[in-house]
Amino acid sequence: MTHSITKTKVEDTAVNPKTVAEPKAAGEEKEAMKIVYPGFELVDSMDVLPGAGAFREGSKVFSKILGIAKTRGSVVSVTPLSGVYNPQVRDYVVGEVTDVGFSNWSVDIGGPYDSVMSTNDVREFVERNGDLTKYYAIGDIIMCVVTGVTPTKFINVGTKDPKARKLIGGLLTQITPSKVPRLIGKQGSMIGMIKDKTKCFITVGQNGRIWIKGDFETVASKAIKKVDEWSTQSGLTDKIEALLDKEIKNLPKKSQGDINE
Amino acid sequence: MSEKLINKGIRPDGRKLDEIRPLKIKAGVVDRADGSAYVEFGTTKVISAVYGPKKVHPRHMENSKKAILKVRYNMIPFSVYDRKRPGYDKRSVEIAKVVSEALENVIFLEEFPKSAIDIDMEIIQADAGTRVAAITAASVALADAGIPMRGLISSVAAGRVEGNIVLDLTKEEEDASDAIDLPVAMLARTGEITLLQMDGDASVDEIEKIVRMTEKGCKDIEKIQGKALIEKYNANTA
Repeated sequence: MTHSITKTKVEDTAVNPKTVAEPKAAGEEKEAMKIVYPGFELVDSMDVLPGAGAFREGSKVFSKILGIAKTRGSVVSVTPLSGVYNPQVRDYVVGEVTDVGFSNWSVDIGGPYDSVMSTNDVREFVERNGDLTKYYAIGDIIMCVVTGVTPTKFINVGTKDPKARKLIGGLLTQITPSKVPRLIGKQGSMIGMIKDKTKCFITVGQNGRIWIKGDFETVASKAIKKVDEWSTQSGLTDKIEALLDKEIKNLPKKSQGDINE
Repeated sequence: MSEKLINKGIRPDGRKLDEIRPLKIKAGVVDRADGSAYVEFGTTKVISAVYGPKKVHPRHMENSKKAILKVRYNMIPFSVYDRKRPGYDKRSVEIAKVVSEALENVIFLEEFPKSAIDIDMEIIQADAGTRVAAITAASVALADAGIPMRGLISSVAAGRVEGNIVLDLTKEEEDASDAIDLPVAMLARTGEITLLQMDGDASVDEIEKIVRMTEKGCKDIEKIQGKALIEKYNANTA
């Protein structure tokens, strides 16, 4: 048995470029992370602005959520350690088609809200009164992009994007959405390493859904689950690398040959 | 005439008047829930689980401006001496309502319009103060589920036993002839009270003293709640 995938490029990962660019959102920080809980006083100063996950009361800034406190410039924010996916426009998400209407599809993108994909928002040309299941049918897994979110949480998604596509076969897994930047790592270091080691195609959605395809899907899935579990540890990439090496060693001899090619 | 429960400021279990029972909190005990907590106030044991925010069922309960809370308080049949008939009763429905009102004011509900947050509270063992233990647990479970809040709600009861103002009554103390029990929940950070219940009668002065005592108790409890939440992630690091 020969393995066709030798090396997968990091560029394949559909990630919001914004998140990758954030050096502090991921990677191996040497300093200890400060875990804070709701109501924890972050700072008592009018010169500091409350960012995401923080709020001001009088002169003090408190944490809203359980998470890791970060100060960048004059903004103090808290990155959550748990919680549901909160859709943002231009997020790449992995969704499942749950319903087909006359001119739209319903897509489950996780979290408390359903999203709608209209025929105008898909890449394919859809014929008037055509059969929509020709393009996307119930149960299809798609990589799509969030095109609109209203304040009352009506959500539109679409596939008019070079990264959007139907995901066929493979394995779907889920991690905490707020830990997606951690899974990707600085400039995609973590996910790139997992891809290299397992020789799988991996697609990460901002909603925490991860699609894996390759001969060693289960090994990759195991490593990804561990990133979620160990997200507060430092030196995580090395630990995951060690875990992958061990998992690969435990594989039957025959498949080991393939992976070490 | 039977013997007194409280002698020289020492209570039957050896506590001082303004001391809470040994408090144990553990966050993240239920794997299948989004957030959970286990709380022990002495021999009162509660487990709380939080699910969501998720879609609202039935749909007509949905609110376009904010999330709704669906609270369930339940005593397990073996939690009390005489087996409790399982299921809802008017007491559990009432407690679920007051707990919901005690918690909703600190949650940023408007961040999740059209969604519901489910809070389940199971009383495993009851020895007075189950609702305060349930609120303390639910608050930790909400934080564990990543739900944004203005702070942690802490809760404890105080009351009068044989003329003494005492904190965190046990069932034995609650059964004293002149006993009153006053459960209080508050945002310990600011001292804002979100739940205060009482039956029986007490003087204004006594109530004032009782509320002051619970305020001190809640501040101590909040520290333990925060520590339990941080502990969950530090345990992973070790």
